[in-house]
Amino acid sequence: MMRGRALPYLLVAPAFVFLAVLFCVPLVQTIALAFQTGTGFGLGNFVQMAEDLNFNDAVVNTFRLVGVAVPLQMLAALGMAVMLGHLRAGRDLVLWIWTIPLGLSDLAAGLVWLALLNDQGYLNTVLFHLGIINGPESWLTYETPMALFAAIVIAEIWRSTAIVMVVLVAGLQLVPKEYAEAASVFGASPWKIFLRVTLPLLKPSIQSALILRTVLAFEAFAVVLAIGGRNFPVLVSEAYTWQHFNQAPAIAAAYAVVVMGISLAATVVYLRVLRTPAAQRA
Amino acid sequence: MAGIVIDGISKAFGNTVALAALDLAVADREFVALLGPSGCGKTTLLRIIAGLETATTGRVLIGGRDVTNLPPRARGLAMVFQNYAVFPHLRVCDNIAFGLKMARAERTRIDRQVARTAELLQLAPYLDRYPAQLSGGQRQRVAVARALAVEPALLLMDEPLSNLDALLRLDMRAELKDVLREAGTTTIYVTHDQTEAMALADRIAVLHGGRIEQIGSPSAIYHSPATRFVGSFVGSPPMNFLRADAGRLMGIRPEDIDLVDAGAGLPFRVSVVEPLGAQTLLTGTTDGQVVRVALPGEHVIAAGATLFLRPRPDRIRWMDAATGNALAQAAG
Ligand SMILES: Nc1ncnc2c1ncn2[C@@H]1O[C@H](COP(=O)(O)OP(=O)(O)O)[C@@H](O)[C@H]1O
Ligand SMILES: [Mg+2]
Repeated sequence: MMRGRALPYLLVAPAFVFLAVLFCVPLVQTIALAFQTGTGFGLGNFVQMAEDLNFNDAVVNTFRLVGVAVPLQMLAALGMAVMLGHLRAGRDLVLWIWTIPLGLSDLAAGLVWLALLNDQGYLNTVLFHLGIINGPESWLTYETPMALFAAIVIAEIWRSTAIVMVVLVAGLQLVPKEYAEAASVFGASPWKIFLRVTLPLLKPSIQSALILRTVLAFEAFAVVLAIGGRNFPVLVSEAYTWQHFNQAPAIAAAYAVVVMGISLAATVVYLRVLRTPAAQRA
Repeated sequence: MAGIVIDGISKAFGNTVALAALDLAVADREFVALLGPSGCGKTTLLRIIAGLETATTGRVLIGGRDVTNLPPRARGLAMVFQNYAVFPHLRVCDNIAFGLKMARAERTRIDRQVARTAELLQLAPYLDRYPAQLSGGQRQRVAVARALAVEPALLLMDEPLSNLDALLRLDMRAELKDVLREAGTTTIYVTHDQTEAMALADRIAVLHGGRIEQIGSPSAIYHSPATRFVGSFVGSPPMNFLRADAGRLMGIRPEDIDLVDAGAGLPFRVSVVEPLGAQTLLTGTTDGQVVRVALPGEHVIAAGATLFLRPRPDRIRWMDAATGNALAQAAG
C-alpha cells in the first residue's frame, strides 16, 4: 500500500529536483542578490538601477517593443492559422516553411536582419541599384530611432510569430467545424463566422499564445542587441550590460527581478481578462 | 415558395458511394420524411441540400432557383443538425436568437421569437444557461428552437428528436407537426424511426444504400411496399415474407393474418408469445419459415401451441424472390 501511494511522488521527484536545483535555487539567489546591500537588505540596488541614465529608455523601449510587436504578430499569426485551415493541398509544406524561423537562434535571426538592413546590407544595395538612394544610408543608429525601432520590430515579428501561429493552429484544430457550419446555415458571412464563432471558441488558445509571447517579448535580448547594439537599450540588455561591462551583478539582478515582476503581472492580466469559464468551452 | 428539386444528385467519399444519382421533388409546404437505416446517406443528402457538402454530380433547386453553387447562407433555409452543433460559448437565448441576429431582425421580433420557441420546446427555464449546463435532450431542443426561431421557408431536420425520452418525444412530435403545418414550412425530416416518419410526414422517402427505394404516402409505404427492403424496414414487427410458388414471395403484415379453425389454414407452431397490451405478438414457424403474427390484445395463447393461419387475400403483397421487387398484384 505504501509503495502504491509513494509511486506518483517518486515519479515526479526527478523533475522536482531538477526544477529545484536549476530553477528555484538560482531564482531565490537572484532575488536575494537584488535586495542585498552592503549593510543588509534594502532597495539600494533598485535605486541605483533607476537613477542610471539608460533605465528610463530601457523601460520605455521594452514596453514599446512589446506593445507594437505582440499585437502585430497576434494578428499575423491568426491570419496565417486561418489561412492554413482553408488550404487543402500543401498545408504541411506551408506550415513547415512558416515555422523555419523557429529553428534559428535569436542571435542568428538578429544577425540575418542586420545583414539585410545595415549600411552595407542587401536593402541598401538594392535601393542604390534602383537609383532610389545615392549612397549607403544608415538606418540603425541613434540618429534614426524610428527606423531602428521598425527594424527591431520587424526582426522580432519575423523570428517569433511562428510560435504563436503553431499554438493557434493547434487551437483551431480543437474547434469542431460543425459550429462554423451551423453559423453559415444560419446566415453568417465568413467574416461574421470568424468574429462570432471561431474567435470566441479560440479564446483559450489565444490566451496561451499571448502569455507565451508577451513574456518572451519582455525578455527580448539577442535580436535587439544584434540590430540596435547600445542604441536601443531594453531591460534585459541593460541587465547584461551591468553584469558584464559594469561588473555589478546586484544591479543586473535588480533588472531581472523587474522583468520577472512585469511578466508575472502581464500573465495575471491575461489570465483574468481572457478567462473562459468551463461552461463556455467547446 | 420553397419547393425543392433534387436532380440526379450523387456523392462519393473516395470509394464509398453515399448517394447514387438521386432524384426527389418536394412541393412547397410539404413535409417529407427521409427514412432509412444508419449509413444510407440521409445526413449526406441533407448536407448537400444545405450547401455544406458539394455533390459529385447533380443539381439542387430551391423555389425554382438553382442553388447548387451557392453557399449555405444564400440558400434561405434552417437546419437542425444531427449532432446539434449548438454554440458552446453562447447562452441558450443567444443560440436561439443567432439566425435572427445574423439577419439583422428587429429587437422586438427577436425577443418574441426566442420566447415563443423556448416555450414550445419547454426551454424557458434554461434561457440563461450555457449548453454545457444542459442534458443531451435539452441541447437537442435548443438546436430545434434555433431553427424554428428564424421562421424558415425551408427547414431541414436531421433526427431532431432522437435524444429525447419516449414521452417527451411523443409530445414534441405533435407540437412540431402542428407548428410546421400552421407556418406552412417546407420540411425535410430525416429519421431512422419509422413510426416518427409515419406520424409526421405527408410523404415518406425510404432510402437504402444511397438510393430511394420508394416514395409515397405513409399508407402506401406501409401497405404497398415497392420492395422487400421497404416491407421489412417499415412496420414493427416487419412484414412477413414467405416462400411461395414460381419464385414468388408472399408479403403479409403480421396484423393481416387471421386465426382460423384447425385444418382451414397454414399450420403455425407458436414459439414465443409477447402480450403487449393493445396487441399480442406471436412468433413461430410455418413450414420451416419464421412468421410473426399480431393479434388483438384479448387473445390468450400459450407458447408451444399449434394454430392455423390465413392471410387476408386483399392484403397480400407478392414479391419477386430474386429481385426483391413487388410484382404486378393481380396475380394474387
Ligand atoms: N465525410 C465523410 N467521409 C467519408 N465517408 C463519409 C463521410 N460522411 C459520410 N460518409 C459515408 O457515407 C455514407 C452515408 O453517411 P450518412 O449520410 O451520414 O448516413 P446516415 O445519415 O443515413 O446515417 C456512410 O457510409 C458514411 O460512412
Ligand atoms: Mg445521419
